Amino acid sequence: MNTVVEERPTTGRHAPVMDPAIAPSFPVAALPILQDTQLRKNVAHATDVIQSKRNHLVAEKKDWQELRNSASAMRAHVLANLGKYLEQFEANCTAAGGTVHWARDAAEARAVILNILREEKAAEVIKIKAMTSAEIQLNPALETAGIAAIETDLAELILQLGEDEPSHIVVPALHVNRRQVREIFAQRMGLSELSDDPKALTTAARSYLRSKFLSVPTAISGANFLIAESGSVAIVESEGNGRMCLTLPQTLITLAGIEKVLPRFTDLEVMLQVLARSATGERMNPYTSLWSGITPGDGPQRFHVVLLDNGRSEILARKVERQTLQCIRCAACLNACPVYRQTGGHAYGSPYAGPIGAILTPQLQHMRHAQSLPYASSLCAACYEVCPVKINIPEVLIELRAQVTDQQRTRVREWLDPMFLGMKAANFAFGSAWRFRLAQRFGRIALRGFTGEDGWIHKLPSLGAKWTQSRDLRGLPQQTFREWWATRDRSAGKEAK
Amino acid sequence: MRASLFITCYNDTLFPETGRAVVRLLERLGVELDFHTAQTCCGQMHANTGFRAEAFSQAKRFVRIYRDAESVVIPSSSCVAMMRDQYPGLFAELGAESLRNDFHALLPRVYELSEFLNDRLGLEDVGAFFPHRVAYHASCHGLRSLHVGDRPIRLLNKVRGFDLALPANLDRCCGFGGTFSIKNAEVSSAMLEAKLADVLATGAEYFTALDNSCLMHLGGALHRQNNPMRAIHIAEILASTADHPYEATT
Repeated sequence: MNTVVEERPTTGRHAPVMDPAIAPSFPVAALPILQDTQLRKNVAHATDVIQSKRNHLVAEKKDWQELRNSASAMRAHVLANLGKYLEQFEANCTAAGGTVHWARDAAEARAVILNILREEKAAEVIKIKAMTSAEIQLNPALETAGIAAIETDLAELILQLGEDEPSHIVVPALHVNRRQVREIFAQRMGLSELSDDPKALTTAARSYLRSKFLSVPTAISGANFLIAESGSVAIVESEGNGRMCLTLPQTLITLAGIEKVLPRFTDLEVMLQVLARSATGERMNPYTSLWSGITPGDGPQRFHVVLLDNGRSEILARKVERQTLQCIRCAACLNACPVYRQTGGHAYGSPYAGPIGAILTPQLQHMRHAQSLPYASSLCAACYEVCPVKINIPEVLIELRAQVTDQQRTRVREWLDPMFLGMKAANFAFGSAWRFRLAQRFGRIALRGFTGEDGWIHKLPSLGAKWTQSRDLRGLPQQTFREWWATRDRSAGKEAK
Repeated sequence: MRASLFITCYNDTLFPETGRAVVRLLERLGVELDFHTAQTCCGQMHANTGFRAEAFSQAKRFVRIYRDAESVVIPSSSCVAMMRDQYPGLFAELGAESLRNDFHALLPRVYELSEFLNDRLGLEDVGAFFPHRVAYHASCHGLRSLHVGDRPIRLLNKVRGFDLALPANLDRCCGFGGTFSIKNAEVSSAMLEAKLADVLATGAEYFTALDNSCLMHLGGALHRQNNPMRAIHIAEILASTADHPYEATT
């Protein structure tokens, strides 16, 4: 651990796999990252900065817990009436000149978007705030169709140019520092004289992106919220690049998960307050764009909304897991998570990283893939504490672990897995006091051979080696507590129970 | 006052000195303790690893043994958190009605040790003497599940000769997480390293917590690194008096 490795330029670095269906398990994907001192330093620094800004701004809000309660209740209410609000949204968006498409899964969503782009004869498309497009693996599909996708969020642009992947829900390039950004820009934009001064870097990005904003007539966006009563879409951002994407093109396609809807415009009052404070530690985010359908002669003249299910209905049907869909993607749970702090986002093998990713990703995969993610948590509950919509992430993690275990029970070969065997054996021992006493004695004898002269165990085989790779274990004491209690009872002349 | 001691499986097996300290402490304070020898485990390890049915059999066992107890004292915040956070769901989903009722009647009488001292006995000063500089580690379950707040600190501040040190990033997990430390051993070790740096920066001789699980994790790493700082459960500090001072077992 803590081996210092040589710093490599960001471009082409570990090529993280972000498709949960084929990504390596969390512990395996974490290994190379734990060796990457620079990346871990970047992640720790960035999350510390955001976290302390967030804590400061939450502390100044005396009614923070009431705000959280409201936000949570609003989101729960939406989920309990999702069909109604989605139909309202569809009717009102259509009346305002938009076209609403329903996509059951990722493949349907990709097909809908590709059809629109083909009709538009688009060769290029600019993108903003489109994490959901990563969920449906849109960019590879666009590439296959010969359509160039250009990310316009500054962080997403850095990653696209650096052939890297997002590692954070709100700050996708937080694992990259500005020296690394300079390398990428200098190389990919042909600016060998570029300095790593933030102003120089943003100026380079601006002139690169401006040419795209002014020449590409088609855009794809995500959505922070959909407003049912007006058919509006809301997007919050910090740079204004989103505003460019949403206003300059002739055609705009918005891809949104079905859970993103809010009943009323006024609900934004609560949601925008908790979102900005939780996400970036700001009282209000710099740019909030809101639009309803089409305005003739102003902005995009063709507007499509693709409503994506992709497993969400299944999550909605489950009592404990349902709360997962309350998420507003603020990433406060990532910044608070001690696991994420060590690994960053790539180890999660999904566009959704951190604690929320650990519960969302496997569910979006119908619990068929990403089964290591529910275990990628020490259950410390720091995520639950900061969640502005009060998702009890530890509760959902444990629920999903039970589902993974129930799958193991049906596969005979997994019964020989040492952890599975150990759990069954421990359960047998805990089932009666005499079996437990016997197990204690057996353990004492079995571990004696591994115990050094100092009374400590330094090296264990099998699963125990996972412990002793960085920690010693004190050898088992000669007398358990219950043995001591029995002798004490006897010496006190009492009858042992 | 009577109380039943639920020692927990790992304290029983690995840390009997903590149990002995709880007995010494509570009997000194006039509590009449009993120990049901039928007790084994609360089921936390099984529940948190996804073995729900197995966890429920331990939960049932716990309720059957303790349903008539006046109060139950448990020197482990994570085992109490298991009962408060997870037992209700287990009994709702799997339990028969009578046992579920027994559970809900019992739950308010279940105390983590620092809760028992503060809330049940109404004590902050337990007459302890421990003249050392000690770092306090706030275990996650005590902090965010039981919301013990400053109860342990209030107890420690009344210990004679005590020099309390609070490490930076007090609310950050040490990376133990039960089977997490095995399933994600490398990430767990990286978290441990970060926690260790904060704890060591206090320059304390000992570090303490409500849970021997965190202490076993940090203590195991300290021993590996030949560091003289020692883990000590809060019960052992509170049991130590001027007449009978703490004696280290290893």
